[in-house]
Amino acid sequence: MTAADAAPPAAQPEPDGADGAGTAGGTGSDRERLPGAWQLGLLRGAMEIRLFFRQREQVVFTFAFPIVFLFLFASIFSDTMKNTGTTASQYYVTSMIASGIMSTSFQSLGISIAIERDEKVLRRLRGTPMPPAAYFLGKIWLVLVTGVLETAVLLAFGTTVYGVDLPSTAGRWLTFGWVFVLGITGCALLGIAISSVPRSGRSATSVVVLPFLVLQFISGVYILIDTIPNWMLTVGSFFPLKWLCQGLRSVFLPQAAAALEPAGAWESGRTALVLGAWCLGGLLLCLLTFRWKNRGDA
Amino acid sequence: MAEGDAVRVRGLRKRYGDVVALDGLDLDIRAGEVFGLLGPNGAGKSTTVEILQGHRSRDSGEVSVLGADPAAPDRRWKARVGIVWQDESAVTEMTVGETVRHFARYYPRPRDPAEVIALVGLEAKARSRVKELSGGQRRRLDVALGVIGGPRLLLLDEPTTGFDPVARRQFWELIRTLAAEGTTIILTTHYLEEAEALADRLAVIAAGRVVAEGPPGSLAGRAEARATVHWAGPDGVERSEETGTPTATVTSLARRFDGEIPGLRVTRPTLEDVYLRLIGQEDPR
Repeated sequence: MTAADAAPPAAQPEPDGADGAGTAGGTGSDRERLPGAWQLGLLRGAMEIRLFFRQREQVVFTFAFPIVFLFLFASIFSDTMKNTGTTASQYYVTSMIASGIMSTSFQSLGISIAIERDEKVLRRLRGTPMPPAAYFLGKIWLVLVTGVLETAVLLAFGTTVYGVDLPSTAGRWLTFGWVFVLGITGCALLGIAISSVPRSGRSATSVVVLPFLVLQFISGVYILIDTIPNWMLTVGSFFPLKWLCQGLRSVFLPQAAAALEPAGAWESGRTALVLGAWCLGGLLLCLLTFRWKNRGDA
Repeated sequence: MAEGDAVRVRGLRKRYGDVVALDGLDLDIRAGEVFGLLGPNGAGKSTTVEILQGHRSRDSGEVSVLGADPAAPDRRWKARVGIVWQDESAVTEMTVGETVRHFARYYPRPRDPAEVIALVGLEAKARSRVKELSGGQRRRLDVALGVIGGPRLLLLDEPTTGFDPVARRQFWELIRTLAAEGTTIILTTHYLEEAEALADRLAVIAAGRVVAEGPPGSLAGRAEARATVHWAGPDGVERSEETGTPTATVTSLARRFDGEIPGLRVTRPTLEDVYLRLIGQEDPR
């Protein structure tokens, strides 16, 4: 170091200027490029995925849960639904895919980030030069990989056991694509946002699971959409899960099944609008509320 | 050798609700030195270190760490400051080697992960999962993650709490190795012998202020303090005399005994004596 470092520094920081002064007489090595957020995001994503599959209980729970529920609901309610050309079992295949997408994104992020915050993993990361974006990119990779796997497993089960047909037209595949991407993104952002609510890692599960359960009841996951009281459905329609379910039904159920919907149509435009709004709103919510430390540690 | 200040703190204040944690604290820590922060629980040691890390806000005062304000750290600054927290973290399914290699990727000029693992003595555990490590081994992993970026400044908050004596000695060697490489090291500790063994200079914090500062050997006038000469009288009973001129006392005793003085001991106040006096007189309220 040089005299530049010994000089009394200004009280206020000059992020780049102070940095330059600090290294002026040094080796110059600090001028080297810092690793980028995208590259570190990929690195973190690979690590998150490796860690996820090392926790066998979590893997089994994550993937088996929707399958068990699909089996239960689709076996209990299997009648052909009037004038829809589809069975209740097939309805539940689409519901459980939606629920699986929300569980791998909203539920798993909401709980795991709260625990990482509690166990000071986030604090440690904050102490390194890792850019915050890399952390979130890593989570997105994890959610995408587990979400795709979960959906694939449920679809495989649904097509072989309950006779659901894969989309037959390019248009339906395209719809499947955007419903999946918008739905999983919106739910993931909501999950990141809710992770800041629990006061500790221990309470995270209850804080996250309760709203998820309620949403599943009022969004047409467990209960057929034409059976839920209107006011409940209205509440549900403010959240992404209802639209995720509806979007998936439009992909996998015959056109006649649109008669089940409260509007009597698939409302693709509105589905895209609400899911898209949740992506933006969720991002805003995360940026405004995300905490790297537990409350009280500030 | 590096010159100049690594850390400069003036009039630092912080309160939590009604509790005053820091009450106008001043510090100057030179680049390249090992600096110890001593003080009773609640004196403000951890708050000070956390503010230096950039992980806690301050109410007022000037703080400069490596020439920048830690309240607004940028990535380059973070790359130069290594942190070892009081409470360990990172209990995961990752192995020691994976963890250290992963963290190395965050830095522009990391140290060699294998070398760092060897430095903290975890070579044999490199393939073990972090959750399988003992408390002391986890602490050493924490240190490895603190130094992997090749920091100029390393901040350690009570790094050896819970160590057994052997682990503590190994840890001291590690700190000495890092210091010999030119890393500025700031550590808080409850163990006075640790402070004495490692620190070039010490500051004793009590009730949110620095009450004494200096090398461990001469802290708070310890070197100039009156010595006590102990010896055994002809009847075998121990005698002692407190004196400002112990050499003269010993010389006169040697003459009196005409040679060896039985049971001779010359003592000065220990660091603990000085420390207890310092924090005793600064009893908060």
